[in-house]
Amino acid sequence: MGLFDKFQKIQQSIETLQQYSDSFFKVVLEEILSSTEAIIDGRKTILAGTNNYLGMPHRKECIEAACKAVREHGTGTTGSRMANGTYSVHVELEQAISRFLNKKHTIVFTTGYSANLSALSTLVGPKDIVILDADCHASIYDGCRLGGVQVYRFRHNDVSDLEKRLKRLIKKGTNILIAVEGLYSMLGDRAPLRQIVELKKAYGAYLLVDEAHSLGVLGEHGRGLSEEAGVEEDVDFVIGTFSKSLGSVGGYCSSNHKELELLRFASRPYVFTASSSPANIAAARKALEIIEKEPQLRSRLWDNANLLYGQLKEMGFSLGPEPSPIIPVRFSEIPKAFAAWNGLLENGVYVNMVLPPATPDNTALLRCSLSAAHSREQVEAIAKAFQKVKHLA
Amino acid sequence: MRADDNTLSIIIDILKQHVSKDLQIHEDTDLEADLSIDSLKSMEILAAVEDAFDISIPINVLSEVQTVKDLALQIDNLLKKPE
Repeated sequence: MGLFDKFQKIQQSIETLQQYSDSFFKVVLEEILSSTEAIIDGRKTILAGTNNYLGMPHRKECIEAACKAVREHGTGTTGSRMANGTYSVHVELEQAISRFLNKKHTIVFTTGYSANLSALSTLVGPKDIVILDADCHASIYDGCRLGGVQVYRFRHNDVSDLEKRLKRLIKKGTNILIAVEGLYSMLGDRAPLRQIVELKKAYGAYLLVDEAHSLGVLGEHGRGLSEEAGVEEDVDFVIGTFSKSLGSVGGYCSSNHKELELLRFASRPYVFTASSSPANIAAARKALEIIEKEPQLRSRLWDNANLLYGQLKEMGFSLGPEPSPIIPVRFSEIPKAFAAWNGLLENGVYVNMVLPPATPDNTALLRCSLSAAHSREQVEAIAKAFQKVKHLA
Repeated sequence: MRADDNTLSIIIDILKQHVSKDLQIHEDTDLEADLSIDSLKSMEILAAVEDAFDISIPINVLSEVQTVKDLALQIDNLLKKPE
């Protein structure tokens, strides 16, 4: 068997899918006009699949903060946090996140993916157990794999299934970490966090919540599902990313456990990666300040999300289980999903297409993500474009 | 190595409930190639297997499972270890 033979299956899948839409594999955002519009294939297009929940990438204050950081600190750090890559801006951002989340300790990582990879590969090891929601992000699975921990899945958001596993696994007499997400990236639904916290306490487990999609989106102050559910004190480890509501690149892990600081020495993905560029760090910090000062951004985001969810529901689309800034629209047949995706693009709307096996229920999803930066007119235009492809659903 | 007959029989019974009735299932049946078991179906099947044997199956072992016999051997192994 040749080195590249294992890719044949992927190549065949791509060739099959290219028959439905060649343009899907060639989408380039040729010019970014704003947080909600870009030129794609020479046409002005509404962006409705970007995870850009609060419009931060184009906020003047964030751009200025990033430019100032480049001028003052240069374009890159050229080193790991453990070597020459810890600048004052990294430390200040860690302090700012700790203050914002009311946690004692925070470590900033180069990406959200590496935050999960670093934390999970190091916090738990081969003698420990992780029980994770089946719909958790790949970075959670990959972090577990890197650390060699025994991993058990429970059915998505099924608290009784989680308890069934806890009951069996508690007999092993070892550490158990439960890993869930605040807002799930495919279906846009929340974890039943209060009930999960009850189980965590009852079985003496630890709890990690990935708030990648819920930071700035949920909770009175935007601290995520943990805040909204009133369980912040019971969450042992909070993971987050800068690449969604903060409009930058990077990630973090926050905790009240002082041992978190030891990850700086023990976590290989932290030790052996160059640190974030000063521009990314400065943009994230400014965006965090804006989230604190402008709760109206969250209101606007939810108004937009509720408006689109309501309109699509009324049209008869099969959607995710609850209104959310992430709105998945189900298509039972892959060729028709491609046709709908093409149709939306031709009508000036870009959304994400997600195909099995990446989808939770083996249907094809056209995944919309809304932004506070979308105008009401843009949200209505997205809904109208979906109306035109309704016959394909 | 031989898998326990009882383990094999229980697994085959569970598989029959989740795949087309026309498919023949024996210990060398390939779960993906012969039974077209996708990730969603595999989760349902594993949950049923876990309940049947009152065990928990770590997903780490699944990379070594290709056939019905592979799964049975993993179950036998887990049954030997205290939960």
